[in-house]
Amino acid sequence: MRNQTWQKRLLTLPPLTYLLIFFAVPSLIMLFASFRYAGEYGGLAPWYYYEEGKLSFDLTLENWQRLFETDIYLRLFLKSIGYALLTTLLCILMGYPLALMIARSPKKRRDLLLLLVILPFWSNFLVRIYAWMIIFSPSGALTHMINSVLGFFGMAPITLMYSATAVIVALVYVHLPFMVLPLYANLEKHNPALLDAAQDLGANGWRRFWNVTWPLSLPGVYAGSMLVFIPVLGMFAIPELLGGTDGIMIANVIKQQFVESRDWPFGSVLSMVVTAAAVLAVLIGARFAQKGVARA
Amino acid sequence: MLEIKAVSRNFDSFAALDKVSLTIEAGEFFTLLGPSGCGKTTLLRMIAGFDQPDSGDILLDGKSIIAAPPERRPIHTIFQNYALFPHMSVAENIAFPLRMAGCGKDEINSRVAEALEDVRLPDKGKQFPDALSGGQKQRIAIARALVNRPRLLLLDEPLSALDAKLREQMQLELINLQKEIGITFIYVTHDQGEALALSHRIAVMNRGNIVQIDEPSRLYGFPNSRFVADFIGQCNLLGGVVKQVQGDRALIELDGLGPVHSIMQPNSGIEAGSHCTLTLRPEKTRISATLTQETDEAHFKGVVHDMLYLGDVTVYKVELANGMLVEALLPNSASGRARFFEVGDPVEVAWRFDAGHLVIN
Repeated sequence: MRNQTWQKRLLTLPPLTYLLIFFAVPSLIMLFASFRYAGEYGGLAPWYYYEEGKLSFDLTLENWQRLFETDIYLRLFLKSIGYALLTTLLCILMGYPLALMIARSPKKRRDLLLLLVILPFWSNFLVRIYAWMIIFSPSGALTHMINSVLGFFGMAPITLMYSATAVIVALVYVHLPFMVLPLYANLEKHNPALLDAAQDLGANGWRRFWNVTWPLSLPGVYAGSMLVFIPVLGMFAIPELLGGTDGIMIANVIKQQFVESRDWPFGSVLSMVVTAAAVLAVLIGARFAQKGVARA
Repeated sequence: MLEIKAVSRNFDSFAALDKVSLTIEAGEFFTLLGPSGCGKTTLLRMIAGFDQPDSGDILLDGKSIIAAPPERRPIHTIFQNYALFPHMSVAENIAFPLRMAGCGKDEINSRVAEALEDVRLPDKGKQFPDALSGGQKQRIAIARALVNRPRLLLLDEPLSALDAKLREQMQLELINLQKEIGITFIYVTHDQGEALALSHRIAVMNRGNIVQIDEPSRLYGFPNSRFVADFIGQCNLLGGVVKQVQGDRALIELDGLGPVHSIMQPNSGIEAGSHCTLTLRPEKTRISATLTQETDEAHFKGVVHDMLYLGDVTVYKVELANGMLVEALLPNSASGRARFFEVGDPVEVAWRFDAGHLVIN
């Protein structure tokens, strides 16, 4: 028994070490950096110095105070959470029927359909975002089409590029497979006899879904939601390329602090906020998922 | 009450059901019995509404139900592995059909409590199905299926997942429950022992057809075919040709053994020249070391070929002169002495003329 627990611990050692070195330690460095002063030419100022042979520390809470001085950052942070929630919701709405359809198609066809779901991964992420730039461009066919319809009804033309809409559309597009795959993995394991039983006991199609399929699929919904919500919260490339000023997200401001403003400490503060939100989301999601798993 | 009229169903080129007709009376415990692939489950699924006949009709109280989907039929099913909803408590499981029927909260609560009492699990309402034993799950499935009083209860091999002791106990519970509530049960099984123990009537099915419908004792005693004789219980099947018919008695030339007399059932259609099979139950077959003196018995010499000591009885397989093995059952009633014969002993096999039952091949 004792031997076995040691074996198990040994098995978790490599991933644990990896996470320690490449996640925990950098996070702590960032946390520490958020209490330091910025260096004169970017980077960080020394956090201790000797004066008359005496050791002094040079740490500050200023960076954190700055976070609350204006509401710009908090609003941007809430907006990013809003984008992440909206993207997650849209991914559920679009991914659920898809996952259900795949899980209920004949076994032979499922592999092909799953392959189609992950097919976009075969081309580079940035290339796919550039493709969206072409689709959304003011001279693109999509914008033309929409504007000719709008013009027909006497409404003002719109631009898709550099807008929140463009960002959300691309976010959903990129993250949809991360919702579909865990949902499919869950739905595929459902015992079809339960649906027969529900129908036998008087439930029509709609009630069979809400009373049986949906509650049993919640662990998959939570897992998929975490896989979408967390990366979207920290998403940088999509709003950078498609968002303009309207569709900017918190990660773009973080990048700004590190690159353009050369204010590493304040960049660290914002990073910490995002990391904390992600950890919180994981904890909430894991709690729900566990509850669901215990029953399913 | 339930009428099945010339129902056929084909899967590709395979005929799962071939013009099956059947009438089940109200309050009956009726069993569909047959080997796997005989069509019994297809028929059950059709009654429940999960499958549609290619032709024919199913009538409940004189009205066709084949157009109604399963959720609109007053017919509930106990599924093979109970199909309890794992995400609902026991009480929520039982409440499910009431909720679907739109009952009020108070009514649901009182009827769920009542149903839990009925299956003698009054304090399990808050538990989840995973925490229950096999027998308890079974009872909850029954409570759930009966709580809103269906006209028919279908049971699809519900006891197959239980161990032997528990199965026997659940059989008794099912019999008593059915007697108490008086709802018509249609039971599907491939286990002939279970069918005999539970049913008022049994339909034996084979290859999409009903071979025989009868009460258990008649099915066992007077099978109408080799198939039924072989499928229900153990049976010696001795082939032969009818030489002569005189009143209720036939003289048969058994293949490789010689002539024996046998009593026939009235209207069996057996006449001189018919190729037939004498079906003979092992417990009606005697073996002894001495020659029989009885004049109303058939008897043949043989050698003990094999024996199976089963505790309460011993099964002897005796090889007759034509190389055929005949099974005979000897109860181990004498205490202390388990074996009357050993393998290789010369014995005589005998049975009364009215012990066997003749069927036409």
